[in-house]
Amino acid sequence: MGANDPLVDLKGFIGARVKRTEDDKLLRGQGLFADDIHLPNLLHAAFVRSPHAHARIRSIDTAPAKAVRGVHVVYVWADLPESARQRIPLLTPNPAIRDPLMPYVLAKNEVCFVGDAVAVVIADNRYIAEDACTLVDVDYDVLPAVANGQAALAAGSPLAHTGIKDNLGAALRMGYGDIDKAFAGAKHVVRESFWQNRGSAHPMEVRNYVAEFHALTGQLTVYSSGQAPFLEKKNLIDLLAWDPERLRVVMNDVGGGFGPKAIFYGEQAVVAIAACRLNRPVKWAEDRREHFLTATQERDQWWDLELALDATGKIQGLKLGMLHDNGAYFPWGIIMPYIAVTTTPGPYVVPAMTVDLKVAFTNKVSTTPVRGAGRPQAVFAMERMLDKAARLLGLDRAEIRRRNFVQPSQMPYSVGFIYRDGKPVRYDSGDYPQCQAKALAVADYEGFPARKAKARAAGRFIGIGMGNYVEGTGLGPFEGATVRVQQNGRVTILTGASPQGQGHKTTFQQIAADQLGVPLELIDVTTADTSGISMGIGTFASRITVNAGNSVFMAARNVRDKIARLAAFMLQVKPADIAMENGWAHVANDPARRKSFSELARVSQGMPGFSYPEGVTNGLEDTQYFSPAQAAYCNGTAVVELEVDPKIGQIKILRYVMGHDSGKLINPLIVDGQVQGAVAHGIGNATLEWMRYDENAQPITANFGEYLLPGAGDVPRVNTQHLETPSPLNPLGVKGAGEGGTIPAAPAIIGAIEDALSEYGLFITDAPLTPQRLYQLLREAGAFKTPASLARP
Amino acid sequence: MDTRKIKLTVNGKSYEREVETRMTLGDFIRHELGLTGTHYGCEHGVCGACTILLDGRTARSCLMLAVQANGHDLVTIEGLALPNGDLNPLQNAFWENHGLQCGFCTPGMLTTLTEFLRENNNPTEEEVRIAISGNLCRCTGYQSIVDSALACAKRMREENITL
Ligand code: FES
Ligand code: FES
Repeated sequence: MGANDPLVDLKGFIGARVKRTEDDKLLRGQGLFADDIHLPNLLHAAFVRSPHAHARIRSIDTAPAKAVRGVHVVYVWADLPESARQRIPLLTPNPAIRDPLMPYVLAKNEVCFVGDAVAVVIADNRYIAEDACTLVDVDYDVLPAVANGQAALAAGSPLAHTGIKDNLGAALRMGYGDIDKAFAGAKHVVRESFWQNRGSAHPMEVRNYVAEFHALTGQLTVYSSGQAPFLEKKNLIDLLAWDPERLRVVMNDVGGGFGPKAIFYGEQAVVAIAACRLNRPVKWAEDRREHFLTATQERDQWWDLELALDATGKIQGLKLGMLHDNGAYFPWGIIMPYIAVTTTPGPYVVPAMTVDLKVAFTNKVSTTPVRGAGRPQAVFAMERMLDKAARLLGLDRAEIRRRNFVQPSQMPYSVGFIYRDGKPVRYDSGDYPQCQAKALAVADYEGFPARKAKARAAGRFIGIGMGNYVEGTGLGPFEGATVRVQQNGRVTILTGASPQGQGHKTTFQQIAADQLGVPLELIDVTTADTSGISMGIGTFASRITVNAGNSVFMAARNVRDKIARLAAFMLQVKPADIAMENGWAHVANDPARRKSFSELARVSQGMPGFSYPEGVTNGLEDTQYFSPAQAAYCNGTAVVELEVDPKIGQIKILRYVMGHDSGKLINPLIVDGQVQGAVAHGIGNATLEWMRYDENAQPITANFGEYLLPGAGDVPRVNTQHLETPSPLNPLGVKGAGEGGTIPAAPAIIGAIEDALSEYGLFITDAPLTPQRLYQLLREAGAFKTPASLARP
Repeated sequence: MDTRKIKLTVNGKSYEREVETRMTLGDFIRHELGLTGTHYGCEHGVCGACTILLDGRTARSCLMLAVQANGHDLVTIEGLALPNGDLNPLQNAFWENHGLQCGFCTPGMLTTLTEFLRENNNPTEEEVRIAISGNLCRCTGYQSIVDSALACAKRMREENITL
């Protein structure tokens, strides 16, 4: 940014629509993504992957590949050091897991999904490495594959792994309230089953790792395109049996994440091992096909619900059975299906509930959270149930929701479940009725019947739908930040947060700038470098503004205090008399008496042999680790109006309103962007994205022609209406904002499609609802027997 | 290894290199010339992140071989800023309108919209959406990109400038 282009006026950064400080270099093509890293003597890795969903490895002949000119080494499992021949550690255990199966970094003697890595070739360049991969001769004994989560649990199913008892990887029953009484006293019971496929995250940048061993110091540096530097480091320490003080994981620019990049993958360990052994830097750059095959995804879930209601439509109880197609391993435990089931009650009072969760092993790549993390499925199931109940009771869809909302006066509200953080699901704050009311008003819900009648008279099919959600965000355990005034007068922020496009740097600058009275351009932010701060977790689960943001806030406040004390001593006034502006501390009512941050920082570093005056301590820096007591619950309402062309099953979204309450907003520009982007994911989930496998568990959607991401023509302008109910659980009052847009999209969109086609009496239980599937449903409903009927009501 | 000597201009600078005939243009630009602002998001011609300008027309550098660029004049994202180093009006519009989050799709969005806005500096929102319909962005939900393009077009008309 230019010196004469202040981003906004000094002070009052929190809450301001500040332009991002990340953008300038990215707009010039000067970012540093992992695959952009070029080092002298760099070698390149390519992996040999299983073409079978399930097979035993009889033997592997690497000799022909090793003979290729330019190939340095070929490794299989047996070539790895002892520490790396173990399974990758499971960092998220749960007592409900029966078989805590984790993958090996290279397959030992069995491959369990298509794409499972079997060998690696390290060569002078990627082209040669890939040539040599085709020459690695793996003799497979093909085993029957488990291709479907439901079939996996049927008697007589083949096993997804040899040596397991059955394919039930995890099972969990839980509940609260008196469910029998709820159903016995119910006036109405609504039952329905849903199938949902949530596809993959597909950040535009895939997974890339570069490892560099510094023989002189024994230091190993690993550059990654991931989301969780400290979790990657933890795994590398174990798998390489490495000195933690000589291992550094760094993420520079990262091109999107959305969940799967928070996972540790074996390829990273392999690249690091090769770099150490060969004493040359090694890069692995994934390609998109590999990403389709091997980056974790979300996938099929089957939801069975029974909802008990009284005569007025008030919910009495809910029974939920959910089956999750987990894939082959548990790299993130069962966090995602666990979040899904515990999210189901949403913003509604559900006095009693039971859950029967089953998690099935299949011979597919593992599943882990993708933006929304299981919540979109829960909200789809619950919101669809309410739509169905409304129909049964003859109630307006908004009205049945209104009758069931948790009221602001009930906050904090305990749902009855224990959440994934081990704490009770306890909504801390929020005004759900107002959020829905606001979204409906902006969408002119009242006026919709007239619009629909008019459209129908003109032969058009328009519909409206809605969805509400509550999301536990800002999960602990902690994230940290160091704030430091440097001797050059600049301010440094160091944190373990690892942005992938969320604008964290700007957000942190805003938070610190307000405390220290400096312009944003005086603050440097280092994120995602394990050498910058001693502990951290990573960026996922909408947790960073809550955890790291509050850490920055607390540390900056303490540094402010230190500056005030030191300046007060030097200027012979009281600390309370010190004001700060533009990198200077001055006497509040006498600005000419001042000390620069630069001078203060030098003084604070001390002089050899001299003690500090009383009340002054060394350094103008502080480190804080904010550790939230529990999740901060954000909420929102999506209202969607759209038009359906029944002849081709195509939809066009006419209006998309998102009521959104993520607590206090630090930068509305960034939050609006997060909501708009998250809605795009939701539109993909609702109508396009479907990761498909055939009956042998072969992926059949493995490129962007077969698997469709939403394009610019699919995503409308989202009208975001913010409510700001501050969370009482953290000093800034913030809640997470990165996933809310995704979560209620599918039920709102699919409810609207159904509404548009109300004359056919459809009730849609599947997501995604692709044009083909919608066309098929309409055909089954008899829509095309008398084509003339399409033109008139 | 089959190689050819090629000569081309990238961002106004001429290069003469011996390249493997099978090397893609994107790999050449990124890894041989070190211009890593052009990104690979799919390597199969769908995502548009690798889009460059070849003699002023957009081309997907993952679908071309480096040898096919022999004798041509290329512009990548690194070549878009004004001669004095300032961001050009389109880059500026992206900054003002939050037209990027992670920035990975940005090189393709900028080059695609450069070609488009040179031909049409008074587009409708719908026309902008069609213009970038071959570019995937997983972060922004596109609206801010569309708004950036419209803002840039407005400025081009008002100030009578081109890209
Ligand atoms: S990388 Fe060329 S179109 Fe995706
Ligand atoms: S900004 Fe991340 S892909 Fe477009």
